[in-house]
Amino acid sequence: MGSIRFEGVGKVFGNARTGFKALDDVSLAIGEKEFVAIVGPSGCGKTTCLRMVAGFEGVSAGKVLVNDRPVVRPGADRAVVFQQFALFPWKTVRQNIEFGLRNKRIGKDQRDHLVAGSLKLMSLESHGDAYPHQLSGGMQQRVAIARAYVLDPDVLLMDEPFGALDAQTRVVMQEELVRLARVNPRTVLFITHAVEEAVYLADRVAIMSRRPGTIKEIIDVKTVRLAERWDGHERIEDVMDLESFVHLRTRIWKSLREEKAEIGH
Amino acid sequence: MDSAPLTLGQTLRLGLIGLFVFFGIWLLLPTAGLVPPSFLPSPIAVAERVATLTTEPFAGATLPAHIAYSFTRFIAGFALAALIGIPLGLMMGWFRLVDEIVSPIFDGLRFIAPIAWVPFAALWFGTGIGGPVMIIFAGAFPPCVINAYRGARQVDRRLVEAAEMLGTGHFRMIVDILLPASVPSLVAGLRVAAGLGWQSLVGAELIVASTGVGFMMVQAQANVATSTVMAGMVAIGIVGLAIDMALRWTEASIRRHRGLDG
Repeated sequence: MGSIRFEGVGKVFGNARTGFKALDDVSLAIGEKEFVAIVGPSGCGKTTCLRMVAGFEGVSAGKVLVNDRPVVRPGADRAVVFQQFALFPWKTVRQNIEFGLRNKRIGKDQRDHLVAGSLKLMSLESHGDAYPHQLSGGMQQRVAIARAYVLDPDVLLMDEPFGALDAQTRVVMQEELVRLARVNPRTVLFITHAVEEAVYLADRVAIMSRRPGTIKEIIDVKTVRLAERWDGHERIEDVMDLESFVHLRTRIWKSLREEKAEIGH
Repeated sequence: MDSAPLTLGQTLRLGLIGLFVFFGIWLLLPTAGLVPPSFLPSPIAVAERVATLTTEPFAGATLPAHIAYSFTRFIAGFALAALIGIPLGLMMGWFRLVDEIVSPIFDGLRFIAPIAWVPFAALWFGTGIGGPVMIIFAGAFPPCVINAYRGARQVDRRLVEAAEMLGTGHFRMIVDILLPASVPSLVAGLRVAAGLGWQSLVGAELIVASTGVGFMMVQAQANVATSTVMAGMVAIGIVGLAIDMALRWTEASIRRHRGLDG
């Protein structure tokens, strides 16, 4: 379980006369347990793509399918990690993580067990009773990831999840996510504007064009990663130093640069 | 303009200067014989009167008993306003349909000042408890509704989306997201409502009651007992301030708990 498919998806915001076309003919298929990152210039509609999978936005044309069924409304099978964390400020870390489990009517013992497990997984054991505002940004995002992961969702949607974090925390979180993805692989749609992050994390990187956004190019990272044994390196900076990494990164950069240059026309 | 923030000491000192000047002039006018004491009793005379009234009944009861009558009415009207106003305001802010249906009526009624309900309340309830309660309700209801409405409209969209993607149903969305998210607004509304309710109460008691601080003051006015009238005013001020401080403290502790203030 856990495939995502965009089939000729278009999105117009506002009414037909005054509205603008945000997305045009987006097609992308994400397989089960595959990690796909979408990169693109700001305002290209990459977040809109994610919001359509989440069920927060409807489509104006085409179809968005999850497990071959059209998305109708938001649901716990598609957990979202937001850039601004969106933790419930009046609930403790534990209560935040537990929130979705309660909706699923999972019994208390099972809930406690799952929450304890995800606190451990995200190294949050000593913060279970803290409130979100008492934690650093990185810690808050760990809680948000735990809240999503604990539901065992078919797909995980991450909308620039590390965009609000400082550079060092960001690196730690990227490494954590790779670790997490190995322990517990998921179908992930990851939105970012950071090219290195996309190359480091994803199996494939989809490059979007400027508005109206469409998928312009899809780069296969996984084949290179396996062939060049990136996983043999523990630290992110060692991976980022590899020639094969630099090569992919530069290629995506060039593709994005073309997009930026086109504004002048 | 000097915009540098004042230190606590400065704030305290300036406040004391203001109080000193105020009481100084008040003390000076009657004691220097500039105005007759029956026209403006000195602060000392008023303080003495407050002290006497705690043991000696006037207009059927001691001052604490009058305050207790007034406070009971206030609590009844205020609680009624909160219990009806908050859910109504939240629903108006949350469901567009409710907003469309209720807003025109509400916007029309809320411009009738609480005091303007007095003749109507007198017709309905005479001097019974219903009259003052109705008038307090008229004062406290609009701020409850308006702040609840605002609270519901200002719920962080991202939190609603977060709850949606966690599979939250309608009922839990209201109880577990809308309600706690609006709490800071609700408490701010209660504070305004308490202020207006308490003010309206005394107005109401001037006319439609046979007990309470307002009633005591009208009786004192009829007897030209100026110091008793002023003792009533002091009592109203102090109780009003105490109510406001209690709610302000509640508001601050909720905000602190949420991490909204440093």
